[in-house]
Amino acid sequence: MAEFVPHPELPPPASSVGVIGWLRRNLFAGWLNSLLTVAALYLVVTALPPLLNWAFFSADFVGESRDACDSGGACWVFVNARFSTFMYGFYPAAQAWRVDLIFGTLLLLMSPLFFKGFRYKLQLGGFILFVYPWIAFGLMHGGLLGLPVVETAKWGGLSLTLLLAAVGCIAALPLGVLLALGRRSTNMPVVQTMCVVFIEFWRGVPLITVLFMSSVMLPLFLPEGVSFDKLLRALIGITLFQSAYMAEVVRGGLQAIPKGQYEAADALGLGYWRKMGLIVLPQALKIVIPGIVNTFIALFKDTTLVIIVGLLEILGMVQNALNDPNWLGFSTEGYVFTAFVFWIFCFSMSRYSQWLERKLHTGHKR
Amino acid sequence: MAEPAPDLTRPARPSRLTDPKFRALVFQILATLTVVAFLVYIVHNTLTNMEQRGISTGFGFLDRTAGFAILQSLIPYSETSTYGRTFVVGLLNTILVSALGVVCATLIGFVVGVLRLSSNWLIKKLATAYIETFRNIPLLLQIFFWYFAIGFNLPGPRQSIAIGETVFLNNRGLYVPAPVFGEGFGWTLAAIAVAIVAVIVLAHWARRRFELTGQSFHTVYVSLAILLGLPLLVFVATGAPLSWDMPALQGFNFRGGLTVIPELFALTLALSIYTAAFIAETVRSGIQSVSHGQTEAASALGLRPSWTLRLVIIPQAMRVIIPPLTSQYLNLTKNSSLAPAIGYPDLVAVFAGTTLNQTGQAVEIIAITMAVYLTLSLVISLFMNWYNKRMALKER
Repeated sequence: MAEFVPHPELPPPASSVGVIGWLRRNLFAGWLNSLLTVAALYLVVTALPPLLNWAFFSADFVGESRDACDSGGACWVFVNARFSTFMYGFYPAAQAWRVDLIFGTLLLLMSPLFFKGFRYKLQLGGFILFVYPWIAFGLMHGGLLGLPVVETAKWGGLSLTLLLAAVGCIAALPLGVLLALGRRSTNMPVVQTMCVVFIEFWRGVPLITVLFMSSVMLPLFLPEGVSFDKLLRALIGITLFQSAYMAEVVRGGLQAIPKGQYEAADALGLGYWRKMGLIVLPQALKIVIPGIVNTFIALFKDTTLVIIVGLLEILGMVQNALNDPNWLGFSTEGYVFTAFVFWIFCFSMSRYSQWLERKLHTGHKR
Repeated sequence: MAEPAPDLTRPARPSRLTDPKFRALVFQILATLTVVAFLVYIVHNTLTNMEQRGISTGFGFLDRTAGFAILQSLIPYSETSTYGRTFVVGLLNTILVSALGVVCATLIGFVVGVLRLSSNWLIKKLATAYIETFRNIPLLLQIFFWYFAIGFNLPGPRQSIAIGETVFLNNRGLYVPAPVFGEGFGWTLAAIAVAIVAVIVLAHWARRRFELTGQSFHTVYVSLAILLGLPLLVFVATGAPLSWDMPALQGFNFRGGLTVIPELFALTLALSIYTAAFIAETVRSGIQSVSHGQTEAASALGLRPSWTLRLVIIPQAMRVIIPPLTSQYLNLTKNSSLAPAIGYPDLVAVFAGTTLNQTGQAVEIIAITMAVYLTLSLVISLFMNWYNKRMALKER
């Protein structure tokens, strides 16, 4: 009787493993898929090389004037020559270190917040949110400690973009929390209605009309002799607008807190403000941080609209530079550069918010 | 003398100050008073300021002659028209660009969203690249890019980009053939109306029969046949009363046809591309929210893949997709107010811009403009809420 000899193990077929297997699975599974792949490949092959060529290989990077741009590709010399105005606006060049100092310090201050082991996150966060803006304003505006005054009309560029977004967000946060609490207070129908009307009003109108309103109507609302400067008026408009969105985000967080938490706080005999401040809000705000980052991104992109009321943030400065007779016709370069700056900021922030969302997803969802 | 013993059988009456109801009442009265005082203060200031600056009040300006021309108008408009007419022209232009944007953004968004979930690696990566690029760049910048960087650099009318000698694109706009309706075209329109009614009746009948007997009916194919066939038949029978007004190069510019001005073209393009990136994400998360078990259960029941998609996945995904889709439509409508940045004559540009500058009646004009956007938002969200309710899960 012949003994059973097991067949030696065969390697998997070459067409289902390795590079070929991957290609078959991911690019050529079925005729429709293959067709799509070929079409997409054609698109990439025809579009990418000319684009790369324009942006890098035949582009000019160094030079003084438009004469340096003779290679046929992008003229990054334009961006290079105007770089400081794109960053600082009309802020005097000799004083630009103040802007650098403000944002450099902010980065340094914020860096410990990203480390897990750091203990004083709450205190540091509070300092950044409520104390640092005043220091930054003092430094930016000057007039103290022998620093020359720089009018807000001279502020501009990327620093103004960041300032508008940051101040709008920070100022809107407390207002948004109050509005969200008001909207959730079912035992006070009048307050609730007022909050709902306020929130829905600001959410229903475009930011551009809000900016129009703050620039033409706000001066009419104020008593005689009182006037705000252009930047402050825009900031008031942005803050009111943003507070409505912030309120909706915070409301989402309040709704996600289980009812037992509210009831437990009541059972402990805590009053309304202590219940909210000690029990509900710390938990609610923690889960809405990703949402706050998302509204911040939206606001950051929307700050470009202040160009309509005559404030020159980074896009405004680019638009301004494009009207310079020495640099006519470089709009593509200017816009691509600005888009790149915005993209870097927004993309990294959205990735951060997604990461936070995963990290904070600790079972609060019902 | 002994103190009278407290009556322990009755609970002590709590102080009014700690009664939540009383507190809520006081708080609400205080809040109301504060808000009313604030409003009175503002109104008082505004009235004094306007009086001092000699700004007239009221809505009488709407009947005065505007005296400026508007680039694009859907209704007859000239420089002798009133400000009221200006308002209508601006409003219609806003609605036009929003409607175009909503349609295009939905189409692009759904396609990209589905492609993002494709099993094809290359397609998936391209869709992701599209979403991540356009979502993270400000809309205003994109509008500027399409208008100033691309639109201005298009060839002139003589070197226009032509698609089959019927559609022309140059730096003065997009030229497409315009339909000219001949006599008797009304019959075709009537046929279309009849076909729509017939399809609705047919769908009802098919659904009833399906519920009663379980027999399915090829509603989609039959409806398509009715929708296309009946009007076509009438159209041919009445002698094809439709001709096309072709754009043609005459001298330095195109004559005839429909002209899409570059402002409208750039604005629609930017709005659609930007919003489509958000819609694509919405669609992706909606489809992903339908658990894989549903697909498997459908296969186990013996449904064909196309039926699984139509009867199982799409109805459930739509429930998740519709609420965020609504807010994207609202965003698009509100974002169309960026038009004045490139000079497209929408409501904000002609009314809150030119009219405000000429009349100086800031309060009335801004109030009307804001009211219009609030109404548009309200109408869209009411409609989408109604639709959402129809699609919502019907539980026992």
